[in-house]
Amino acid sequence: MIPEFEKFKGFKAKSIPKDEPLAPGHRACQGCGEVLALRMVMKALGRDVIVCSATGCMEIITTPYPHTAWRVPWIHIAFENAAAVASGVESARKVLKRKGRIPKKHIDIMAVGGDGATGDIGLQWISGAFERGHDFLYVCLDNEAYMNTGVQRSGCTPYGAMTTTSPPGSESFGQVTWKKNVPAIAVAHNIPYVATASPAYYLDLMNKVKKAALVKGPAYVHIYSPCPTGWGSAGERSIEFSKLAVETKVFPLYEVIEGRYVMSRKITKPKPVSEYLKGQKRFRHLDEAHIDYIQKRVDADYEKLIKLSEMT
Amino acid sequence: MAKRVGVEVSIAIAEAVKLAKAEVIPAYPITPQTHIVEHLSEVVANGELDAEFIPVESEHAAMSACCGSSAAGARTFTSSSSQGLSLMSEVLYIPPAMRLPIVNVVANRAMSAPISIWNDHQDIMVQRDIGWIQTFAENGQEAVDLTLHAFRVAEDRRVSLPIIVNIDGFTLSHVIEPIELPDQEDVDAYIPPFKPKYKLDPRKPITMGPVGIPEVYTEAKMLQDQVIKNSKKVILKAWKEFAEQFGREYNPVETYRTEDAEIMLVTMGSISETAMTAVDKMRDAGKSVGLVRIRLWRPFPGPEFRKAAGKAKVLAVIDRTLPPGALCGPVGAELRSLFYKIPGSPKIFSFVAGLGGRDVTVARFEEIVEKATGYAKKRPKELYEVIGVREK
Repeated sequence: MIPEFEKFKGFKAKSIPKDEPLAPGHRACQGCGEVLALRMVMKALGRDVIVCSATGCMEIITTPYPHTAWRVPWIHIAFENAAAVASGVESARKVLKRKGRIPKKHIDIMAVGGDGATGDIGLQWISGAFERGHDFLYVCLDNEAYMNTGVQRSGCTPYGAMTTTSPPGSESFGQVTWKKNVPAIAVAHNIPYVATASPAYYLDLMNKVKKAALVKGPAYVHIYSPCPTGWGSAGERSIEFSKLAVETKVFPLYEVIEGRYVMSRKITKPKPVSEYLKGQKRFRHLDEAHIDYIQKRVDADYEKLIKLSEMT
Repeated sequence: MAKRVGVEVSIAIAEAVKLAKAEVIPAYPITPQTHIVEHLSEVVANGELDAEFIPVESEHAAMSACCGSSAAGARTFTSSSSQGLSLMSEVLYIPPAMRLPIVNVVANRAMSAPISIWNDHQDIMVQRDIGWIQTFAENGQEAVDLTLHAFRVAEDRRVSLPIIVNIDGFTLSHVIEPIELPDQEDVDAYIPPFKPKYKLDPRKPITMGPVGIPEVYTEAKMLQDQVIKNSKKVILKAWKEFAEQFGREYNPVETYRTEDAEIMLVTMGSISETAMTAVDKMRDAGKSVGLVRIRLWRPFPGPEFRKAAGKAKVLAVIDRTLPPGALCGPVGAELRSLFYKIPGSPKIFSFVAGLGGRDVTVARFEEIVEKATGYAKKRPKELYEVIGVREK
């Protein structure tokens, strides 16, 4: 058991902090699930945090100079390197504290990036920072494609999805590869805490982010983030899709605490994946055979996860 | 009292970084920079330097961590070379624009392909326009002194810019020279603690590195240009105070036997010492030859260079890089711009020498002077010439 978790009782609906470290008035699209998730992340972390952001939607919508939506210290250097920037911030604070040049008070350090910044271009920097054991949390806001540049496919784009670089055509059905399992890559680094979260389950999300911040050493939280603009889904249905993704086992919620898999929500009566795929333009070209394949693979992946939770 | 000791230049540079009390050192090994970071990790491991050595997974990560560290308010050092410097290139542009002081000692080395670990200036010349203050050391003592000077200048609030100190790979980094390492108290007096005006601090939150929309981008870049140009005043003052404190004088441009010299060689870095020997030899033979050496490359010291070399009839400029398809090397191009259409200014001939570890000998300098003398009478077809090419 992680000692830092003992005193943490968890957030309750009534005790959600009213403070908004990420201020409203930013320029996100209507129905953006990513900024909603980020808002809850920041509510969980409070003001004693330094945020190192990757280039991406959240960076551009919050900081068009001279405006900023950030009420906490925030730095953006480039696309792929938020984890390395966080390494530098963490090391600097360590030595400055030792030398008595800054207060001893603990300040959380968060690196944050989208699925491209995390699972594709930034993987090496994250791997390096995890391996070195810096005390920070990395939050991936996964909207399943390069949305900031106009919906190009990433390694985290789901099978069959239409993006501007995985278009369905006479020779293709959209994304031909299965979604990269980035949380598993994080787990492979033997870091103390890894979790998946969803803005539909906001208390669960906040608790996981807080735990990731509390734990000593690196932690990783992978957050499902609906993108109405990129997915061709209705803005008002973002939370509904977030729920459906969990209920259909497409995006299972779990924690990996010191290598031990713990299911946050066991889905005993799963809804068919077709219900999740429906209503998103990115999947509308898929025929039954593809949907069948997705259903089988989702079931198999979930089964594997359950086995892992039983084994560990 | 500071003692002169025989020490490898890389070790001496690392000792200078220790004397400067660097606080965060993110570094990735690359030949020929390795001895610098090896020694630094050793002094951190031994508790001789209270710092965090971050053994990053690449040079890109090294520079990224440098940005985070400097932004958080820690004195930050790294060192790199060649392919590694190019790998960190994307990030190199960012700290000067965000006014993050960092000191980076670059052990200059050729660029691949063909892969070469040996010395020339290609690695830094492709990074010419990144916005860092850039100096070139001639010898080990100067490498140490420029490193100390770099911390002092970079962190000055009027400057707040990163600095690259260039040292020639192997010909400087791996030689043992008699070097005077200053006393700690003198270095403490010369380099005050790092107190940045802005930093990442929850008590006073700021947003660093926001989006620059077209309405602000031009002004942001102009401001950056003004800051590095204005930094020259601080650079010069810091050298003046260095001379007072440590007794060694440094100028942005140095001259050697240039009094009434008709032809002046123009060099940067360690080949300058060979060039001096060549100048002595040619002077002995009655030739009117001198040497001008550029120490401060960015911001370019235009007035100082004009003062030092403006009276020459001919400048023979040596570039240590060959930019394919260009009119001439970057130093040659810079000086042609400097003297363009100024009446009575020297004729400028550009030479490329010492690529990928090829020695530039006294004989080569003699050859360059001879060629430049000829070209002064009959203009060459090309704007540059490669020296020391093997016939067979």
